[in-house]
Amino acid sequence: MATIWFMIVAVMVAMYVLLDGFDLGAGALHLIIARTDEERRTVLRAIGPVWDGNEVWLLAAGGTLYFAFPLLYASSFSGFYLPLMMVLWLLMLRGIGIEFRSHIGDPMSKLFFDVIFSVASILLAIFFGAALGNVVRGVPLGPDHYFFEPLWTNWRVGEQNGILDWYTVICGVVALVTLTLHGALYLATKTEGDLNLRARKAASVLWPVEMLLTIVSFVATVLVVPHVLENYSKWPIGYLVPVVVFASLGYMSYAHNKGNDKGAFLASCGYIVGMLVGAAFALYPNVLPASTGPEYSLTIFNTAAGSHGLRVGFVWWTLGMLLATGYFVFIYRMFRGKVRLEEGSGHGY
Amino acid sequence: MDSALLVHRLHFAFTVTYHYLFPQLTMGLAPLILILKTLAIRKNDERYDRAARFWAKIFGINFVIGVVTGIPMEFQFGTNWSHFSRFAGGVIGQTLAMEGCFAFFLESTFLGLFLYGEKRLSKTMHWFAALMVFLGSWLSGYFIVATNAWMQNPVGYERGADGSLQLTSFWQLVLNPWAWLQYAHNMSGSVITGGFVMAAVGAFYLLSRRHVEQGQIFVRVGVIAGLIFSVLQLFPTGDWAGRMVAERQPVTLAAMEAVWETSPGAPLVILGQPDVAQQKIDNAIVIPKMLSFLTWRRWNAEVKGLNQVPKEDWPDNVPLLYYAYHIMVGLGTIFIAVSVVAGFLLWRDKLYQARWMLWILLLMFPFPYIANTAGWMTAEIGRQPWLVYGLLRTADGYSKMVSAGNGWFSLLGFMGMYTVLSLLFVFLVRREIERGPDPAPDPMQPKIKAGSVASVEVR
Repeated sequence: MATIWFMIVAVMVAMYVLLDGFDLGAGALHLIIARTDEERRTVLRAIGPVWDGNEVWLLAAGGTLYFAFPLLYASSFSGFYLPLMMVLWLLMLRGIGIEFRSHIGDPMSKLFFDVIFSVASILLAIFFGAALGNVVRGVPLGPDHYFFEPLWTNWRVGEQNGILDWYTVICGVVALVTLTLHGALYLATKTEGDLNLRARKAASVLWPVEMLLTIVSFVATVLVVPHVLENYSKWPIGYLVPVVVFASLGYMSYAHNKGNDKGAFLASCGYIVGMLVGAAFALYPNVLPASTGPEYSLTIFNTAAGSHGLRVGFVWWTLGMLLATGYFVFIYRMFRGKVRLEEGSGHGY
Repeated sequence: MDSALLVHRLHFAFTVTYHYLFPQLTMGLAPLILILKTLAIRKNDERYDRAARFWAKIFGINFVIGVVTGIPMEFQFGTNWSHFSRFAGGVIGQTLAMEGCFAFFLESTFLGLFLYGEKRLSKTMHWFAALMVFLGSWLSGYFIVATNAWMQNPVGYERGADGSLQLTSFWQLVLNPWAWLQYAHNMSGSVITGGFVMAAVGAFYLLSRRHVEQGQIFVRVGVIAGLIFSVLQLFPTGDWAGRMVAERQPVTLAAMEAVWETSPGAPLVILGQPDVAQQKIDNAIVIPKMLSFLTWRRWNAEVKGLNQVPKEDWPDNVPLLYYAYHIMVGLGTIFIAVSVVAGFLLWRDKLYQARWMLWILLLMFPFPYIANTAGWMTAEIGRQPWLVYGLLRTADGYSKMVSAGNGWFSLLGFMGMYTVLSLLFVFLVRREIERGPDPAPDPMQPKIKAGSVASVEVR
């Protein structure tokens, strides 16, 4: 049962990254590729009806993590106290940037909100990447299963870990590039004209960078945490993961050059899922490895909630997800197609 | 008091108090918007559509701030109260995760549809979206109240091998009697906020002689909702809540009412300042034997006093608890008085001309917020010194690894952030109110459907 919940949480996190990922990426590109007020409104219109729902996946994933692995939630959230508080503030600032821009007319405030939206999106992407990096690298868990990390110490991977060291910074940059490319491909599917051209151009520029960074991050991970390969040698099926990652990258470039924006966006989804599954596969059954020694690591077994709770949860969770999927299909069908500004609505961007 | 503990308590108190200013209005407005949409369809009258559209905008602004200030609440269980989460997450993780899985998806999806989709949807579908937004927000409220109710009255759990609590009965958790009573009281309180705010905006328009026709709708719907729910707030929901506290948390009741000694025929204190050191009430105005009657329905029933338990088990801030409770009850009484008079004037068709009453309605709008906040303070300070009643003390629940310095860092950060949010909120809501509801469509345009013609007869 604990393994099932591990997969469920992983799937929900992946859903969040796929969905909110293109919002974040669109935000990161916002100032660069959307130049006029009309174009910026188009970008916001492209994500406006869905960003809030996408963020709900973060909450739902957090809630599920809390309920299925209470000790993991308690330990990781208090240990990553400072970056999480900053993530909260950035999420708020980003929401303010998106929602309030349309309500305030003058160009100066609009620019202000655009900058807030964009900078918050960029920082969030980096933070999420660094967070994943921390989980893969391990944290200094004590015998009571708690830890606390300052933001940075000496930038080295070692005993005195900070949230940021050279390895987690690389992870942050990988996440930023990945999500920006993801956002560029999403915008390409949702826009027309100059904006579409610039989104496509951004994707062309970012693709080789992503290719390079993928290789760098693979090498860095194996150097920093050599035991990530253990699960792969135990279950060789895991080697499919890097195959999927590179195949997605290859198809992304192919579809992009053919002008198939949808295909390229789907390939980007495949790439992101591949990277996340790769990390989850390497970690299992750990959920938060200890840099202080494997006996302190948090695993799905020592953090899972009681079996009755997990079984009951499985029933309502399945029901809840069926409903949620239904709503999502419904709303994406309602708002499908390219975004055009003249389609007015009372609450437009 | 350990200073880290103090910071973590202030941190949660500040963020949750601020957060709840917004959901109480959205949960209160959701059924009122649904009523407006229903009236629009049943009477085939587009005036109600315009009213619903106006309130949907106010709802939308409040919803966004409710969401962005709500995310920190869920996070804080882990960041600031990690030991509590480890201890109780196996039980209350259920209700919190269910809120995410059921309510959030429902609410955010259909709110998007309701706000952006009026032109694309049929009338019935748009009404349906309003219904789903109402269901989503009220479901969300239930899961949160059920979580709190479990902390007040833990049920359906057992102690695991490592000392943490684990769920044994899902239905006991979800059907916790405390949850149902607290929910009824809480939701009724939020509709009071919704109704009084709607009436206040309507009164503002009538007093400034703008948007008169819409202002009358707002005042009418707001006053009727305010009247019904102010009465329900006292009886039966408030009565239920009070008697449940008397039964399951007698120490809390004693501190709320400042009953120092267990005694038969206890009086109800209306006004007065409690003096904890000398165990008396200064300047007391009391109704003899009333407290005994209200709690046990007998004039001479015994009411347990604070002397029943050692001082370390008292709520740690008796005066604040006493005031929070008295402010809630006092304001609740005023709401009944105001809405009865306004309701009477409405019935006699005199309300729209009675400027003195409109002024009162306008000036009333902050008070439901204060009363709801005071009510939650009563629940939360009253539960002290326990985090989970009888099982985990607040002093044992916070994150030991997060120092007071880091706690202050984020508390100050939230204060700054929420100041900015408040400014934006006030600016946006003021602007929506300045702009007002959409004007009546031009009757000469042939596109408009029948029924809208009635709307031109502005008084």
